[in-house]
Amino acid sequence: MSRNRGRNLRSLWRSGVDHLATGLAILATVLVVAPLIAIFFYLVYKGASSLNWAFFTQIPKPEGEVGGGMANAIVGSAVVLFVASLFGIPIGIGGGIYLAEFGRGTKLANAVRFTADVLNGVPSIVMGIAAFSLIVVPMHHYSALAGGVALGIMMIPTVTRTTEEMLLMVPHSVREAALGLGVPNWRSVLSITLKTASPGVITGCMLAFARVAGETAPLLFTALGNQFWSVSLNHEISALPLQIYNYAISPYDDQHRQAWAGSLVLIALIVIAVSLVRFVTSRGTLKGAS
Amino acid sequence: MPNPLAEASQSPTEELKRSSAADVLAGGVPGEVSAVRGYLLSRGNSAGSDRFFAGAMLLCALAIFALVALIAVELMTQSRLSWHAFGLSFFYKFNVDPITHLPLFWDPVNGVFYALPFIYGTLVTSLVALCIAVPLAIGLAVFLTEMCPLWMRAPLSFFTELLAAIPSVVYGLWAIFILVPLLREHVNPVLIAIFTEPTLTHLLGWTGLFGDNGLFGGVNLGLGLLCGGVILAIMILPIIASLTREVMRSVPNSQREAALALGATRWEMIRMAVLRNARIGIVGSVILGLGRALGETMAVAMVIGNSPEIHLSLLSMGHSMASVIANEFSEATSDMHRSALIEVGLALFLVTIVVNAFARILVWAVTRGAPARVQ
Repeated sequence: MSRNRGRNLRSLWRSGVDHLATGLAILATVLVVAPLIAIFFYLVYKGASSLNWAFFTQIPKPEGEVGGGMANAIVGSAVVLFVASLFGIPIGIGGGIYLAEFGRGTKLANAVRFTADVLNGVPSIVMGIAAFSLIVVPMHHYSALAGGVALGIMMIPTVTRTTEEMLLMVPHSVREAALGLGVPNWRSVLSITLKTASPGVITGCMLAFARVAGETAPLLFTALGNQFWSVSLNHEISALPLQIYNYAISPYDDQHRQAWAGSLVLIALIVIAVSLVRFVTSRGTLKGAS
Repeated sequence: MPNPLAEASQSPTEELKRSSAADVLAGGVPGEVSAVRGYLLSRGNSAGSDRFFAGAMLLCALAIFALVALIAVELMTQSRLSWHAFGLSFFYKFNVDPITHLPLFWDPVNGVFYALPFIYGTLVTSLVALCIAVPLAIGLAVFLTEMCPLWMRAPLSFFTELLAAIPSVVYGLWAIFILVPLLREHVNPVLIAIFTEPTLTHLLGWTGLFGDNGLFGGVNLGLGLLCGGVILAIMILPIIASLTREVMRSVPNSQREAALALGATRWEMIRMAVLRNARIGIVGSVILGLGRALGETMAVAMVIGNSPEIHLSLLSMGHSMASVIANEFSEATSDMHRSALIEVGLALFLVTIVVNAFARILVWAVTRGAPARVQ
């Protein structure tokens, strides 16, 4: 009798603990999701209410004056990101091709893979210092080029690792078919394997792009920022994240308003760029092959 | 003739290949130069271009090595000045202000450069971030992998991954205008009330964490180490949660089924089968989150208060290693100042490399399909 009661108590306790754990897990989920919703809500609410036409067409007004926009920062971001992609994506894809096609299983490939992971973990501010001492110091002035290179280096590891993973997913029979037809190896890699894996590779590139598009720290002392129009690679250039940072820590309400608008535009541009490229490339490529 | 090679071939040499394939099938003599071989030889071979291509790809791979090495070398040469002036004492010594008798760590005008407050700020904010983020991330991962109804799983995980896509400067902006007032008005008063409560202070005063000089003493500005820690926690949550999920998913289902078959409740199953088997991977993902927290710059720089001092109170202003570089580098007053900042960067670089390498090895050891250990 008493044994039975003990057993009942024990199962009551166990199911109680079970419910408690479930409750705690749900609570954790709510606590994670709540700040997220808050961030998105404020971003859309404050950003949308501060957006206007001038924001996209004008350059910043002098400190303290109301009005002006971030047109130069939007263009500047595009320039810096273009340089970054030009520098980072080819090297990244090349490294990925080496890892998947040539160095499979070798010690060198393992070392490269590990180094890419290390590079991925290097803080963005350190990348800024590196670009500063590699490009700004020899050139004796800040430049868009330095900012682009800093961001480009940050793109490499992501592009390399996704390219490798995507190439490894291409079945061997495809490669063998190409080689069996007498296609040279380089041609087979570029127009058969890489092409088959291209949706995934492009997604990886866009991931890397989206990651560096919002980076501020590497640009602080490479691109520096600029209050005026500039598209020259050789001069200081403005970028959206830099402008958001400068406005966020400024004492003027109108600049705070523009910082919110800038954040919304930055995130919207990242999302649009990523989905546009994915939309364009998802048509006309080999769908069933990968 | 149902010959796959011939069917696949679309070139003008179709005729040639078909006949040669037939020769091979019929048992062609290996010593003779066949028609195919002759054709290929006449076309020249691709050995040169292949070798060039392989070399170019190898070069790309080696460029990754070269970049990391270049970054390290540049950081070292550029920080030589401060290394020669201060040596290792850069990281632990400090001067004493002759007038106020307070410790003096960082005074670019008078050439005093000691990095202790930045190391302290980085460690404290990261620790606060981990204390908040780890339980929440594990709770979220457990919910998503083990408890969540299927229809909720995809939107919830998409939503948490979305967090990782928000730029750090936007987090900082949100923190300045929403989080700081929230902490100042609603959260900090509660914490201050708890930590300066007379009975608790009397009972636990020996820990040094309670009272006016304790963990939550001093002026409540909203900005400071606590705020930096909270925003870091929000930023590293998605990383820890998604890696933890991955590790938990790699626990074989047979382990779960075995636990349930023995009569375990769901929580007991999670505890015995899932968490126990995934623990190394979870530790790895937490360390990876730590690596991210250590190097995170902008959001922290915007809310940490930017003053090179050391106080026990989490409400006090501080400075982290990354934030001091972000704030002072472009306006460095002297070569020594710049060099000292680069040395801080070098230390950050080395620490994050070690932390990340350690974490990668742990995560890799678990997710590469190692059989789950049965205890």
